[in-house]
Amino acid sequence: MANRTAALEGGAAARRSSSLWGDAWRRLIRNRLAVLGGILVLTFLTLALIGPLIAPYYYGQQHLEALKANNYRPIPPFSPGFLLGSDDLGRDLLSRLLDGAQISMTVAFVVQAVVLLIGLPVGAAAAWYGGRVDTYLMRFTDVVYAFPDLLFIILLSVSLAATPIGEAMNGVLLVFIAIGLTSWVGMARLVRGQLLSLKEQEFVEAARAIGVSDFRIVTRHLLPNAMGPMIVAVTLGIPGAILAEATLAFIGIGAQAPRASWGKLIADGQQYVRSEPHLVVFPALAVAIALVSFTFLGDGLRDALDPKLKGKQ
Amino acid sequence: MAEQLRDSKRHARKLLEVRNLSTAFFTREGVVHAVDNVSFELDYGETLGLVGESGCGKSVTALSLTRLVADPPGRITSGEIILDGIDVLKLSHEEMRLLRGKKIGFIFQDPMTSLNPTLPIGFQIAESARAHMGLSRKAAEDRAAELLSKVGIPRSRERLGDYPHQFSGGMRQRVMIAIALACDPMLLLADEPTTALDVTIQAQILELIRSLSSEFETAVILITHDLGIAAGMCDRINVMYAGRIVETGKVDDIFEAPKMPYAWGLLDSLPRLDEVKGTRLRTIEGLPPDLIDPGAECRFSPRCKYVRDRCRVEEPELSARGEEGHLARCWGTEPGGWIQ
Amino acid sequence: MLGYIVRRLLWIIPVLFVVSLITFGMMHAAPGGPFSKEKPLTKHAVELLNKRYHLDDPIPIQYLKWAGAMVTGDLGPSYRYPERSVNDIVGDGIGTTFHLGIMAFLLSVIVGVPLGVIAALRHNGIPDYVATFISVIGIATPSFVASILLLVFFSVGLRWLPTHGWDGWAKPTAMIMPTVALALFPIANIARFTRASMLEVTRKDYIRTAQSKGLKERTIVTVHMIRNALIPVVTILGPILAFLITGSFIIETIFSVPGIGRFYVQSIGQRDYGVIMAMTMLYAAAIAVLNLVVDVLYAYIDPRIRYS
Repeated sequence: MANRTAALEGGAAARRSSSLWGDAWRRLIRNRLAVLGGILVLTFLTLALIGPLIAPYYYGQQHLEALKANNYRPIPPFSPGFLLGSDDLGRDLLSRLLDGAQISMTVAFVVQAVVLLIGLPVGAAAAWYGGRVDTYLMRFTDVVYAFPDLLFIILLSVSLAATPIGEAMNGVLLVFIAIGLTSWVGMARLVRGQLLSLKEQEFVEAARAIGVSDFRIVTRHLLPNAMGPMIVAVTLGIPGAILAEATLAFIGIGAQAPRASWGKLIADGQQYVRSEPHLVVFPALAVAIALVSFTFLGDGLRDALDPKLKGKQ
Repeated sequence: MAEQLRDSKRHARKLLEVRNLSTAFFTREGVVHAVDNVSFELDYGETLGLVGESGCGKSVTALSLTRLVADPPGRITSGEIILDGIDVLKLSHEEMRLLRGKKIGFIFQDPMTSLNPTLPIGFQIAESARAHMGLSRKAAEDRAAELLSKVGIPRSRERLGDYPHQFSGGMRQRVMIAIALACDPMLLLADEPTTALDVTIQAQILELIRSLSSEFETAVILITHDLGIAAGMCDRINVMYAGRIVETGKVDDIFEAPKMPYAWGLLDSLPRLDEVKGTRLRTIEGLPPDLIDPGAECRFSPRCKYVRDRCRVEEPELSARGEEGHLARCWGTEPGGWIQ
Repeated sequence: MLGYIVRRLLWIIPVLFVVSLITFGMMHAAPGGPFSKEKPLTKHAVELLNKRYHLDDPIPIQYLKWAGAMVTGDLGPSYRYPERSVNDIVGDGIGTTFHLGIMAFLLSVIVGVPLGVIAALRHNGIPDYVATFISVIGIATPSFVASILLLVFFSVGLRWLPTHGWDGWAKPTAMIMPTVALALFPIANIARFTRASMLEVTRKDYIRTAQSKGLKERTIVTVHMIRNALIPVVTILGPILAFLITGSFIIETIFSVPGIGRFYVQSIGQRDYGVIMAMTMLYAAAIAVLNLVVDVLYAYIDPRIRYS
């Protein structure tokens, strides 16, 4: 009995990998924008990981002599020792941008981790158990959905700013969790929708008949089929998280000095935007490229994984 | 008088003359020759069947006649289509548009997706009447109601405002027929009109097409993979295979004495009521050829039981067999050939 | 349908209730009160103030008092600006915030939808690239960056538009940049979504049927395609409205627009409980009602959807 189940599962999985994922990968590769997005995403990830190692200086370090030599004005880009210039406190912009990259990439993944951690079980439980459980869970999501996102995040961030969580990682961790707490509803509804339609299919009945436990059915049979849309949702949700973090940092919530979230860099650089625009332009470019690359990658993934396109060239 | 008129038309010229029509699809993997040098004729009021398996080019032929082949990636690469004396392929886009709906009606295969879900069916039927016949809204509505009851939908006037999702599959197909016949076209193209329907409904829809086309003296090209349907509906049949016509003739001639191994295979594969229980279904072994690079041989040769060397080298022409208008594309069945 | 609308409206009440509970809890969970910071008040003075505003009552009692007052429409006193009640503050600003939000919404639809339609109809042509380009700019530029850039170019650089001074239709030039900055992101999203939806519709069977009827290209696009393409687009209008509502505060801050949004961050930092509660409730109610409107609109456009 167990062997047969294993054989069924193994066989089905093997067949699936040659058709669904293989096709999808090939389609993805052909999409130039998606490939570009993917390369940029990988670049950001790498920079985020090795940033501290390759940065010319520590991001918080103030180079007071160089600053003095420049009349206490922010140092322009392409100056010796300061590839992208410095801010008004003499801190190297390139190093700070790399720190910002680390913050943005961390936000991207921590938020999505929270989203999956909450949204997936909620959606799966609602779909699988149906009835009362479904109703209560969906009502719960309605309440969370009704809450104005940014308000909640700001409220949470400011309220708990002085607490241990609030101070962890210079305030960055709290923001991530807060953003995640407001973003999971979409994933929950997606998972629920996917599982609801899959639940009715015959292979579920078959698995039940063989005696596979509920948990296994959901995790081994249903969720893998819903993976496509979930991957797309996670990827397309990242720009929103990056944007939220940057916006919050702009108004001073989240990353605290000396950490250099891109949003904070833009806020700090505002006053010099006419005389030393590099302080705003470079971080803005960084944000723009990050947002766009995840969006293109997400679009490409969605097109590649779209079941309707299966079989078409 | 109408009879005489009809007869005189019949002798004067044909409704449709298709000569050397080729339609190809330009894809990344190569050029797919979906319709390869196809020629046939159709008389006014006649019902012609295009019969063959999936992928043989019958649907593309019909779409080519009305220049609805998706471009890109498809394109009519050569040939002539003369409809009622008009050279269709030389028309401008605008002129072609005026022809569609007015002289050519099209019934598509899947009634579930072929109707616009957000518009009432009365509107969808009346649309072409208003576009081509210049009818006022009221007059078009009247005509739509009339057509709807003609296709067998009761309380037609009340149902004009209903939406497609409020109808069953069979009824939606009836609506499609009403749409196709709205401007009283001379030619009706029916692409597998009953394939997506229940067997019990199929007969009704086919009967409807038959009676209406007879009543309005509309010529019909019926596309189907189902020989039974073809036998019951058509005056003449073109059997298609791999983008070519491989046999053509009057329906009785073909069914009584087909002269091409593929046609035999098709007829043979039909399950029969008088068969011994437990007999296996007969199939034609093998798969249709790749249409990207068909080669010079007879396209059916890889699957043919009667194949000889000549078949593998040179493709036969459509040549005459015994009865009038009965042509087949096979070396073996030609006079003096090796198949009896 | 009417039953559905009524039920949804009724459902908003318990939701708002829960929202208020959570907000109240979070507010009071934060250390400090409205009077504990900034001004050099003596501890005794702070105690007196707290007593006067009943801030030393147990939290549940405070909540009940607030809830009771709220139901009668009294949003309580503002702690930061003692001369004015929350009703005053909110009353002044809500109209402006609403105005800004609606204008940004209309702009994003009026620009976004045609952009998407034309891009799809001229697929891979010049209009498609232009529309995609604009969309990319829209997704890549956070509203605060757009605001800064607009200010630099049009106010400081070209001196065409003022940096602040929103006064509704009395001063149209002051409305342009805030509206555009807020609408940029929604325009991009609506355009992209509309384009994708239109492209899908062009491939549908019923379009082929329409062509087989010999209808004019323009008729097919306007009568058959657009209607069907817009149906999925309506589904993203809800999140877009939510975005506009919650995101407007940053625009208001940068351009000094006198709406209630700019009190957001301040009031939370200053623990101005009354204002925080009022704003949270208003925003939550607005989002809920607007989502209902969108859902009704959706049913209106798509005849297959009928809520029981």
